[in-house]
Amino acid sequence: MRSPAAPHESRAAWIFAGPALALIALFFVLPLLAGFVLSLTDFDVYAIGSPGVARFVGLGNYLKTLESRDFWNALRNTLYFVVVGAPISLLVSLGAAMLLSARLVRFKSVFRTIYFAPVVTTIVAVAVVWRYLYHPHYGLLNYLLGLVGLGPVDWLGDPHWAMPAIILLSVWKNFGYNMLIFVAGLQSIPDELYEAAEVDGAGPWSRFRHVTLPGLAPTFLFVGVTVMIGYFQLFVEPYVMTQGGPLRSTTSVVLLMYEQGFRWWRMGAASAIAFILLAITLAGTLVQMRLQRARR
Amino acid sequence: MRCTAPFARGAGAFAALFGLACAFAAGCGNAPAGARVSIRLWAMGREGEVVQELLRGFEAENPGIQVRVQQIPWSAAHEKLLTAHVGRASPDLAQLGNTWIAEFSALQALEPLGPWIERSSTIDSSSFFSGIWDTNVIEGTVYGVPWYVDTRVLFYRSDLLERAGYDSIPAGWGVWRDAMKAVKAGAGPGDFVFFLPVNEWTHVVIFGLQAGSRLLRDDDTRGDFSGPEFRRAFAFYIDLFRDGLAPPVANTEISNLYQEFARGYFSMYISGPWNLGEFARRLPPEMQSAWATAPLPGPDEDGRRVSVAGGSSLVLFRSSRHKDEAWRVIEYLSRPEQQIAFYRLCGDLPAREEAWQDSALAADPKMGTFGEQLERVVSTPKIPEWEQIAIRVQECAEQAVRGAVEPDSALAALDRDVDRILEKRRWLVEHGRAARGRP
Repeated sequence: MRSPAAPHESRAAWIFAGPALALIALFFVLPLLAGFVLSLTDFDVYAIGSPGVARFVGLGNYLKTLESRDFWNALRNTLYFVVVGAPISLLVSLGAAMLLSARLVRFKSVFRTIYFAPVVTTIVAVAVVWRYLYHPHYGLLNYLLGLVGLGPVDWLGDPHWAMPAIILLSVWKNFGYNMLIFVAGLQSIPDELYEAAEVDGAGPWSRFRHVTLPGLAPTFLFVGVTVMIGYFQLFVEPYVMTQGGPLRSTTSVVLLMYEQGFRWWRMGAASAIAFILLAITLAGTLVQMRLQRARR
Repeated sequence: MRCTAPFARGAGAFAALFGLACAFAAGCGNAPAGARVSIRLWAMGREGEVVQELLRGFEAENPGIQVRVQQIPWSAAHEKLLTAHVGRASPDLAQLGNTWIAEFSALQALEPLGPWIERSSTIDSSSFFSGIWDTNVIEGTVYGVPWYVDTRVLFYRSDLLERAGYDSIPAGWGVWRDAMKAVKAGAGPGDFVFFLPVNEWTHVVIFGLQAGSRLLRDDDTRGDFSGPEFRRAFAFYIDLFRDGLAPPVANTEISNLYQEFARGYFSMYISGPWNLGEFARRLPPEMQSAWATAPLPGPDEDGRRVSVAGGSSLVLFRSSRHKDEAWRVIEYLSRPEQQIAFYRLCGDLPAREEAWQDSALAADPKMGTFGEQLERVVSTPKIPEWEQIAIRVQECAEQAVRGAVEPDSALAALDRDVDRILEKRRWLVEHGRAARGRP
């Protein structure tokens, strides 16, 4: 039985937590509330000039967003990116982590640095280089395809290929981060388990299936949720590579929100999109946690 | 609670985005005080580079004024100007694309220039192309002085046209189409005549303006795309594709425009002044005598042979504390000799008509086409929502070209979309909170 904290103790706790709480309130809670209020108005380019003309529209922005073709198109593109890109990203991260953890591999820290380098490189520099790689005539990618007799692909100009191109770039850019987390997860699995499995006659696949995967379950939950949230917020890659084109095939929800907010200055509509995306991401996260819990 | 961390991160990212919206609070201060007045000018792209050269003469004439030029890329210009306005960090003056003037005047970011022009001995609306000047006049108030101009004319293969029996581009839509058909008859299999990229809105809008449509009606508060004028233009446009004269492709599907033009895949193309240099440079030498430019034909031979008014203006910001000095920069850059120097440095066409008498411009007949067309330019609707509407026009035209929808229902859908975009403007006009549009 613990006695309730003495008054001076709780005061000390508030003093320690105070600065952080104040910052969170100022830079997180307040903008979030402001954004929500904004999403209930039609604050737009006219309202910036004279705020008096902003009107309260209730859920009007939400209804209009859900009615618009642009939103559903953006949501479809985003889901495409999440459903295809996130698993690939997970698998590549896991594969790289397994390779780096293999006993036979030498110069591990060198490879770890190389694989992690794209994560810390600025996306704009990356985009410049990748635009060359994707160039339909001079690009390395099409050159390699040509060597095996496949026709040139207009990576960023063809509506069917633009999203795969964005996915490829994103996976390459981001897998290093989750790789490190997987490496840490793999190190936390005791070697004795592998030895015991080997003694019991388990082959490499069985060891992976019955020792590695269960051992990584908590890591999987963390990485799965963060990757999904991150991938739902697809923005920078299409913004710098395609500006959402061709034929809006790479316009993601966040890019649509950015367009509404900072290109057309419909801050109300943009805020509504943000909150809809928040709801979708929240739902996705809950589903994922429920699945993980059921498996355990 | 393992989930809180990623959550906080996800929501934090939103907060960051919105923080942006809310954080435009404190703008940075104005020019530092000193003996010299320092004013800030923002200019875009190549213009931002060459204007620094032009302004050396200005600073020599005005030792008390220092002009600090900031060059901003076109792709970021719109956002940067808007964010600067909201953050109260606008420059003293800036180059502004003339289709953006309506938007920035709605934001009340721009200084009305009427009093300055009245007092000025060098700037007078009559010395500029009237269609271009008009783009700077929003609901009766002048907000910008044209700096350089831009419009669209027809680039065509004169050799192929001649082979088809025409020595020049006919002036009316009907005869022009006959000429296209004659060219098509002599063209190779799989070749077309007129390249109208389906991912651009300019052409269909130009045809609409030529047919006499104002594109919007009721004080620019509703779409007028189902009106008889625009429908006539739209039918002309769609038929070019249906008759096999124009290929239904986007310009992203054409890997090298100049090569295809030289090859004869198409022999007519509507484009702007920047392509004069490109055509001269990129077409093979033997092709140089085989192409020409012509003012755009109109619906009737003596009808409205108009094109769109483009280019950039110089504007003063309301928030500027050095408007007198900034206005002197505008006056300086508007001098005919500075306009010619500007043209020589970067090829931008002068906005002042007298500058066109300079030999550099007058000697070139292809350039002369632009001079002629500039006498007949009209502006697109001068409202902040226009760019959004233009994108809708392009999407609707592309659907009709690709046969996904019938032209009439495409236009009806377009009007519905446009009415939705203009809902706020309609409300403002009905409540008398936005000044009425055109007389």
